[in-house]
Formats: sequence, structure tokens, C-alpha cells
Amino acid sequence: MGRVVIDVMPKPEILDPQGKAVVGALPRLGFDAFTGVRQGKRFELEVDGEVTPEVLEQARAAASTLLSNPVIEDVVSVRAAEEVPA
Amino acid sequence: MRIGVVTFPGSLDDGDARRAVRLAGAEPVALWHADADLRGVDAVVLPGGFSYGDYLRCGAIASFAPIMGEVVAGARRGLPVLGICNGFQVLCESHLLPGALVRNDHQKFVCKDQRLRVESTATAWTSAFAAGAEITVPLKNGEGGFVADDETLDRLEGEGRVVFRYLGANPNGSLRGIAGIANERGNVVGLMPHPEHAVEEGYGPGTDGLGLFASVLGAGLAAVGA
Repeated sequence: MGRVVIDVMPKPEILDPQGKAVVGALPRLGFDAFTGVRQGKRFELEVDGEVTPEVLEQARAAASTLLSNPVIEDVVSVRAAEEVPA
Repeated sequence: MRIGVVTFPGSLDDGDARRAVRLAGAEPVALWHADADLRGVDAVVLPGGFSYGDYLRCGAIASFAPIMGEVVAGARRGLPVLGICNGFQVLCESHLLPGALVRNDHQKFVCKDQRLRVESTATAWTSAFAAGAEITVPLKNGEGGFVADDETLDRLEGEGRVVFRYLGANPNGSLRGIAGIANERGNVVGLMPHPEHAVEEGYGPGTDGLGLFASVLGAGLAAVGA
């Protein structure tokens, strides 16, 4: 069974309140090295068989139509997942 | 006049929207998300709520519902369509309106009576208002921050398509205080505040919300007479 991994991130110019909330919580736990956090989404799409170029093409189309909103988000990566030993 | 109100899984304010339609003097028609059928209505309201649990993005999955194909086709023909709160999010995700709604900048859900200025009366849903009218209707959302790029914002302002603007402190971080916008033709309007909750004295902050429904009644009659 193959898997396509898609990463979607809020555009840099869009305020990311979730990331802001997380960056505020980090130093309270002693994680003081981090000056910024942006929170995105990771999708894992499963297919029967292997991830062919056609499957990747379909995944890119799905990423730009349903899985992201181009007004506020960027699709930063569409890739076949590493093989996981069964 | 028959005004359809679409119910999606997770719609919350469809009942109030039908009630508002009735109080305004029109016949409400319940429409179902899974039916690609507008039942011959003269206008459509997409109500507030949390369609599909706001999963993926608010309004994203609802925007691909079977009925939305009919709503989009109707809107392109000039059918009046009003999106309230989640309905506004659905209209943006359907690309009937530009921009997007993101999480409130202060990260809290807001629920209050909100003053608004009616910035444009050149739409199917605001023609009954006086230009520059100030109204009060409830606002309740977690993801109501309107965003678009500067070019889009300038175009909306320049073409008079900012329909409602927040008065007083910006309640959710919406760019330029924008509470509602219209498409180029003015038949499609989306706003975050809830006019359907301000249609009867004693229930909510007054009856300012009736103006939107009265407007489309007038527009509908004008269209029939034309």
C-alpha cells in the first residue's frame, strides 16, 4: 500500500493565531529557544499499490482544490511517503 | 416570494433563518445539502453553524456539497444568495466571493451585539437600507477574521463591494474592519454577523436584521415586474 504525504502551511503574511498561542506556551515550560511558531497541516493519502506519477498528479490537484485554500495557505510539499516495512 | 435555506450537516441557524424569512413576509423553503435541487426558489440563504464540524477549513467541505453546484450556477445567473457566518465562509470557499475567514486574531470565540455600518445599498440584500445606516445585530464566531491580499481589498473598496463594516473596536481582526462583502453583480452577499437573530422585538438586539430580508423581497418583486 502506498501513501502520499501533503504538507500545507498558512501563508507567511497571514496571521497564524494557533502558532502564536503555541509560541506563548513554550517558554512557560522552559523551552526558551524558540522565537516563532507556525502551525500547518499534514495529510496522508493512501492508495492501493504504489505511488505512480499519475497518483502524485492527482494528489497535487487535490491539494490545490480541496486540501488547501490558496487565499490563505501554501501547499509546500506533495511527495510519496518512505516505504514502511510491513 | 420563496426563499430557500440550505441545511448542511452541522448547520445551526437554519431554523432562525427560515423564521426570519417568514417574519419578513416571504415563504421559507428548507433545502437539503445532498439534493442538487433548489426547488425553484427565488433566493437562497446559506445559514450559520459549523458545517462538517469546521473540519479541514470552515465551509470547505460544504462548498463541495451537491446543492452548492446549483447555488453557484444560480448565483452566476443573478439569483440572490446570502451567506451568514458559516454561510459566508462557504461562499468564500466556493469562490463566489473573494478572500477567506481565519481564526479571530485574539483567539477567542466572540458573542456580542455588534454595531455595523451599511456601506453599500447597491446589493440585492441591502437595497432597503438608507446609505450609511448604522445597525446592530449579533456577532458570534471563532473564525471571523476577513483576509484578502491588498489588491483584492483595494478592488472591493474601489468597486463599492464592502457591504458592512464593523463600528467600534474590531471584534475579530478583519482587515479594514470588513464585516461583509458582495460579488460584482451585487446579488451575492456574505457577512459574519447574524441578521437572522435580530428580526423580532424582545428576542435579540432589535429588528435591524429584517432589512436584509426586506431588501431581497423588494429586489425579487422588481425582478418579477421587470
